[in-house]
Amino acid sequence: MDLAEGLLKKDKRAAARLISMVENNNQEAIEILSKLYQHTGKARVIGITGPPGAGKSTLTDKLTKALRRQNKTVAIIAVDPTSPFTGGSILGDRVRMSDLYTDTGVFIRSMGTRGHLGGLSKATLGAVKVLDIYGFDYIFIETVGVGQSEIDIVKASDSVLMVMVPGLGDDIQAIKAGIMEIGDVFVINKADREGADRTKVEIEMMLDFNHRDWRPPVLKAVALNNDGIDEVIEKLYEHYSYLEESGKLLEKRRNNSEMEILELTHRSLMDELLNEGNKNEVRNLVEEVVHRRLDPYTASNQLIRKMLDTRRID
Amino acid sequence: MARPIRVLVAKPGLDGHDRGAKVIARALRDAGMEVIYTGLRQTPEQIVQAAIQEDVHVVALSILSGAHNHLLPKVVELLKAENVYEDILVLGGGVIPDEDIPFLKEKGLAEIFTPGTPTQVTIDFIKNNLRREL
Repeated sequence: MDLAEGLLKKDKRAAARLISMVENNNQEAIEILSKLYQHTGKARVIGITGPPGAGKSTLTDKLTKALRRQNKTVAIIAVDPTSPFTGGSILGDRVRMSDLYTDTGVFIRSMGTRGHLGGLSKATLGAVKVLDIYGFDYIFIETVGVGQSEIDIVKASDSVLMVMVPGLGDDIQAIKAGIMEIGDVFVINKADREGADRTKVEIEMMLDFNHRDWRPPVLKAVALNNDGIDEVIEKLYEHYSYLEESGKLLEKRRNNSEMEILELTHRSLMDELLNEGNKNEVRNLVEEVVHRRLDPYTASNQLIRKMLDTRRID
Repeated sequence: MARPIRVLVAKPGLDGHDRGAKVIARALRDAGMEVIYTGLRQTPEQIVQAAIQEDVHVVALSILSGAHNHLLPKVVELLKAENVYEDILVLGGGVIPDEDIPFLKEKGLAEIFTPGTPTQVTIDFIKNNLRREL
């Protein structure tokens, strides 16, 4: 099977295989994505994040069904944590989405973080490109259950849906820096539980200090019962219109591209730094530093200089 | 990080619980595999679509209901129809009488693991019988 051709012809097997290859940092897949990059940029990418157990998968399932009723096609990338000890993982987000498996207008892919911090995996952006080229109208990225500072999702999406639940802490939690700053739309899920209104007030108060042009709406929902789903969709549409009309969409995508380029460069440089040829150099510097004959700042500068020199010869 | 083996653990049919499947899922996770868990009451069609989209190396089917002679071959048949069977190792497990095992193997199940099988046996079998490179 020619993978590039398969992907353009909307073959799900080709899409699935390409995502695996991107996850394994396969050169052929990277070449295909480079070649087909001009086909990206059409899908609307929505990040769904929030603490573990907030109902992100259930909400993703319901939002997808609502979009399907409007004849939009949807891809879902669901990220779950990889064990730092064994490298294994249980990717269980699909459990909440089983009605969608046989829908031809839906594609679901589970990914392990594979050692990457920040709520996504290294290959998530590559997987988004694959699904964008395939031609999905919407791509949902569901992050791992986040704590306070896993904000990679901002760099990967056009809009961020922040899923909260009642009773996770007092208002000081709501004004901390980190994930609370990245939501474009807030949903308090499981809003039939006690404390939902208080949580809403606390989040609203936090947002009052915020002087962005876009005031993130705070909605209540009970995803399991399909309550409040249409309102979430509506607000996501509104946010997208705002991005387009204000010129912020391009600005956001510019920021995202910049971060992606820098990150890819960083990764290649680190890979090169840690390749066989440089291992000895690193080991020698470590010895020097550990015996206090050299300081780590100078050691790092020496490595950079050496790498730049080798590059120049290339 | 090494390329992990990806395994879909699925439960076809109308079983009431999935304790056994979760034990296997956990054991495979601890063996360094990426386990995609789909939960209870899946149809063969759902399982096959999940296997394709997740691009798994292994489909592990757990079944307790007694409908194995119908549901397990059906999964194989659909994988074949989608042209992905050659790439995927299909395993069965659960309450399956010994006398049914030859029939299931003939239908394309690579192995059947019955209650009491040490999880390490399953892990080794997977590692030694993958049908495509990682």
